[in-house]
Amino acid sequence: MAQTTPTAPVGETPAGPPLPAPRSARFGGLRRIWAAIREARGVPRFMLWTGAVISALFVILALFGPLIAPYGFDTYQSGGTRFPKQGAPDGDHWFGTTVQSLDVLSRTVYGARTALEVMVLAVVFSLVIGVLLGLLSGYFGGWLDRILVLVMDALFAFPYLLLAIVAGFVFAGIAGGSIITAALSITVVYIPQYFRVVRASALSAREATFVEAARAMGAKPSVVIRKYLFGNVIQSVPVITTMNAADAIATLAGLGFLGLGIQPTDAAEWGYDLSRAIDDVNAGMWWTCLYPGLAMIIAILGFTLLGEGLNDVLNPTMRRRRISKVLLPAHTRRRTVDATEGTAAE
Amino acid sequence: MSTVTEPMNRTADPVLSVRDLRVWYGTERGPVRAVDGVSFDVRPGETLGLVGESGCGKSTLGRGVLGLTPAAAAVDGDVRLNSKGGAGRNLTELSDREIQQLRGPELGLIFQEPMTRLNPLMRISQHFEEALHTHHKGLPKKEVKARALEALRGMGIPESRYENYPHEFSGGMRQRIMIALALVLRPAFIVADEPTTALDVLVEAQIIRILADLRKNFDTSLVLITHNLGIVAEACDRVAVMYAGHIVEQGDARTVFADPQHPYTKELLRSTISLSTTGLHFIPGSPPDLVQPPEGCRFHPRCPVAMVGCATVEPPEVTLPSGVRSTCWQQAVEVDPSLADELGTGGREPLAAVKEISVADEA
Amino acid sequence: MLTKPDVKPSGEGAGDSAEALVEVADLEVHFGLRGSLLGRFGGKAAGAVKAVDGVNLTLRKGEVLGLVGESGSGKTTLGRTLIGLNKATGGSIRYRGQEISGLGERALRPLRRKLQMVFQDPHASLNPAMDIRTAVGHPLRIHGLVDSEQEYDARVTDALERVGLTPPERYLGKFPADLSGGQKQRAVLARAIIAEPELLVADEPISMLDMSVRAKILQLMLDLKRDLDLTYVYVTHDLASAKFFCDTIAIMYLGRIVEYGPTEQVFADPQHPYTKALLAAIPEPDPRLAVERELPRGEIPDAAAPPLGCAFHPRCPVAVAECGWEARDLRALLERRWLDLPPETSAAEKALLGNFDEPAAPGLGTVSIAPGRSHTAEDVLEYLRRLREEASASDPREPFWRGVVSMHAESGRAVVEFAPPRDPRLDLIPKTGVQVACHLHQHAASAQGT
Repeated sequence: MAQTTPTAPVGETPAGPPLPAPRSARFGGLRRIWAAIREARGVPRFMLWTGAVISALFVILALFGPLIAPYGFDTYQSGGTRFPKQGAPDGDHWFGTTVQSLDVLSRTVYGARTALEVMVLAVVFSLVIGVLLGLLSGYFGGWLDRILVLVMDALFAFPYLLLAIVAGFVFAGIAGGSIITAALSITVVYIPQYFRVVRASALSAREATFVEAARAMGAKPSVVIRKYLFGNVIQSVPVITTMNAADAIATLAGLGFLGLGIQPTDAAEWGYDLSRAIDDVNAGMWWTCLYPGLAMIIAILGFTLLGEGLNDVLNPTMRRRRISKVLLPAHTRRRTVDATEGTAAE
Repeated sequence: MSTVTEPMNRTADPVLSVRDLRVWYGTERGPVRAVDGVSFDVRPGETLGLVGESGCGKSTLGRGVLGLTPAAAAVDGDVRLNSKGGAGRNLTELSDREIQQLRGPELGLIFQEPMTRLNPLMRISQHFEEALHTHHKGLPKKEVKARALEALRGMGIPESRYENYPHEFSGGMRQRIMIALALVLRPAFIVADEPTTALDVLVEAQIIRILADLRKNFDTSLVLITHNLGIVAEACDRVAVMYAGHIVEQGDARTVFADPQHPYTKELLRSTISLSTTGLHFIPGSPPDLVQPPEGCRFHPRCPVAMVGCATVEPPEVTLPSGVRSTCWQQAVEVDPSLADELGTGGREPLAAVKEISVADEA
Repeated sequence: MLTKPDVKPSGEGAGDSAEALVEVADLEVHFGLRGSLLGRFGGKAAGAVKAVDGVNLTLRKGEVLGLVGESGSGKTTLGRTLIGLNKATGGSIRYRGQEISGLGERALRPLRRKLQMVFQDPHASLNPAMDIRTAVGHPLRIHGLVDSEQEYDARVTDALERVGLTPPERYLGKFPADLSGGQKQRAVLARAIIAEPELLVADEPISMLDMSVRAKILQLMLDLKRDLDLTYVYVTHDLASAKFFCDTIAIMYLGRIVEYGPTEQVFADPQHPYTKALLAAIPEPDPRLAVERELPRGEIPDAAAPPLGCAFHPRCPVAVAECGWEARDLRALLERRWLDLPPETSAAEKALLGNFDEPAAPGLGTVSIAPGRSHTAEDVLEYLRRLREEASASDPREPFWRGVVSMHAESGRAVVEFAPPRDPRLDLIPKTGVQVACHLHQHAASAQGT
């Protein structure tokens, strides 16, 4: 049967799965994503769940950072005594201290908080803007589409770090070196990704019969976009979101490393810490760069695994149906009755 | 090089003989019994029509015979190919490599959508060269072209189109090219899976004419899978009606259509809309879920003449005096009344469950 | 110029008393073809496909009109244009007297409630991300037809019950992927009728469904028509279902109606050779009714370069001189001939002709053929004359030669001239109410008249 839209495998019997409450209708797309996730097996399942666990740990670390970290990110003294300068890990400072007498453990934990904030803001901004522009561009086409595609392709053609740096400079002039600035400069990098994917699926969904049927019902373009396109186009977004999340951490660190991101007085940031730790390595002090670097790698790994896992599970071209080998029971041959013989015998 | 074509012989040994073939697919819900114990013969130059609703296992049977089932399917039974190259081997026991070598020179397949099987970047000539060179290495180029053109001419494709690309042809022409490609290796046996479904009425009729002429011109045996009963009546010598993984009735096409025996065949014929249709008729319900097919006769939940016993005891296959074989208790009891005991006490009472099927429980 | 058909919808005594719901006059839908890159920059279209080319129809209230033809005949485009899904490029469509062919999307929107469409593919007609409750009731929301959730639910439940999706509660929360093909088409029908339309255009509503479900959906459509007082336009390539389902039938070929009249009449006594061919092509399951038949050759031509005169003439077994014979037909004739000849003979014949690719261009009323190497124009003429003689002896007679007016040599080339083409008009056959566009019929009529 011709299937123009990718759908999650669902039993072909008329008696389908148990009914969801009618209210969940709005999240039909999400429901199918969830069904696909539950059906995942093998390597994709492993990647998905490992990624999900690591990402969840990262989020918990970030959310409860102030409770977990022994000190503040800019605390260099406790009870009037200054922390040791470049102190090796010990009972008081498990991960040691930096040249500025800051506690590495606390900075690493607070770094997660910063990374999460920037990541969420960047992803939300680019998601909202990219999806909206992609939908409009894909559905209406025409000159709007041409201009948007031109702008997005131009943005896409830039090396992303360079683009983020330029955007960082522009926004820093407006908003200062805050978390918002970092998030906005990363946003600019990701909008074209959402735009492209959403526009492409909106273009194909626009030609689908059900969109035409909506037009034939008398639905206005705004209704068609909201009720008919959105739910079908949004399915490709979660994968990009998780991939971008991983990428955002790296980009933020890149900016920080170059000293262009968040001001060190505003928040702890892994990239900045790493850049400060470079000299320490030559002096044999491994702890100042190991822990922020490790945290960064693990966080990126978590989100990448989650994204790749989701991609394998949701992307219909990647998805393979799980198959179980069938064992045939012994065959009982059907009995035969021969009327031609019977009549011949009588 | 070329196979010697012998005059068509009705009583000749079957070129393909299938016994108790089963093809079960593995799914998360359990095995799907797509083909579940099927036996039939195809004689040289004969066309066998395979009909039934969607989801009855027609296509699976066609692919199962050619060894084209997916890796997760379990196949057993006997598929004996008695052609020259088949040499009486059981196809279900051959390795992938061995059966691959048979596909083309011995076994052919014609698909529903020709465009999906023709490489858009290859000229028609290249398609033929590839097909011929795979199985006849070292065939001179001139010979390749001569054979290809001969096959194309038989399908009504002029020589001037030989160097064209697939997209330069209409749908009907592409299907003709597919048939020519299948025939150029002169296989003994071809499966055509809904070859005309995507085509227009007139083109469909032309293709059916070509398929019907195959037996005259090429002595090729054909299994024609279709849901269109008219096509079977038109192009086939014999017909096998499939329902829920079983062949429920098979026999001479004219005999079966003139006097259908199995209730499913009767219902299928009645529900077909033809020019002589004066009232709409349909079979209630839909084909069963083949993970858990009904007990007894698989058609009993939809059968208008089902008896109580039909729901529990599997019917035997009855060979009627006309040569038609029908798998139904009605005929079994008629032929041998003593069999009625097996249906149990009150087994011949009519089963009243049919009316409870909702109109919308359909395919 | 054209007479109105004397349509009598079956089931109603006096046909003319039923009000005309839709009147179509000289309707044209042409699609511009995108030409070369340069042409596109220049804003010039490379040509136009005449998807619908001068169609006249009257659709009465309660009538079922069948638009029948092969793919490429323009039947779907005509059906879609009737309810404003395609833009008409000429002519008029009047719905209850109101001209709707020139209306924009915005002006059409309120009318959409009354003009509904059912698409061919039930699997693609429902939004996969929308449950049945939302999907079926959406027209109510779009047109603001309900005031409360209770009313909404009541209307949706009622519509589902009408289309046989019972009990409705079982289907309300389901998604299209949970339904079978027949169930989906029922849901589509429920959505189509929920806003109480007057006209329903059904584009091959059963062709994608399984054989055993088709009759059920047709029966449902008949029930809905009876209960809801609907008027149908049934677009199909399947004459068998059209015969059963339609009151009036219009046979279309390459954008034009070639035969139009009451279904019974058209089927009892088909007039146009194309109608006859379509009828003969339907495979009959009952072997007692099956007959040997003559199939027209070839396939429906490319609408971007339609044949001259009557578009069916290249495939027509009984075409006459003015049907529009042209150079392309000569090429087709020769290729057909060479298919049947042994390769050596056909190669020898091919060598006679020097510029065989030239006659492939469309619309040439004369063709001049250069002789092949070491041949003269006389050789070519002699060959063509021989073909003509052979053809006149064959049975059935090759109609092509009827269109050849003269063959002569001119400055070293053989020139073949064809009779000037004439477009067949749609003419009413007295007493039957059938209109047919065929020169043969007009010949017969004029012969009777004198």
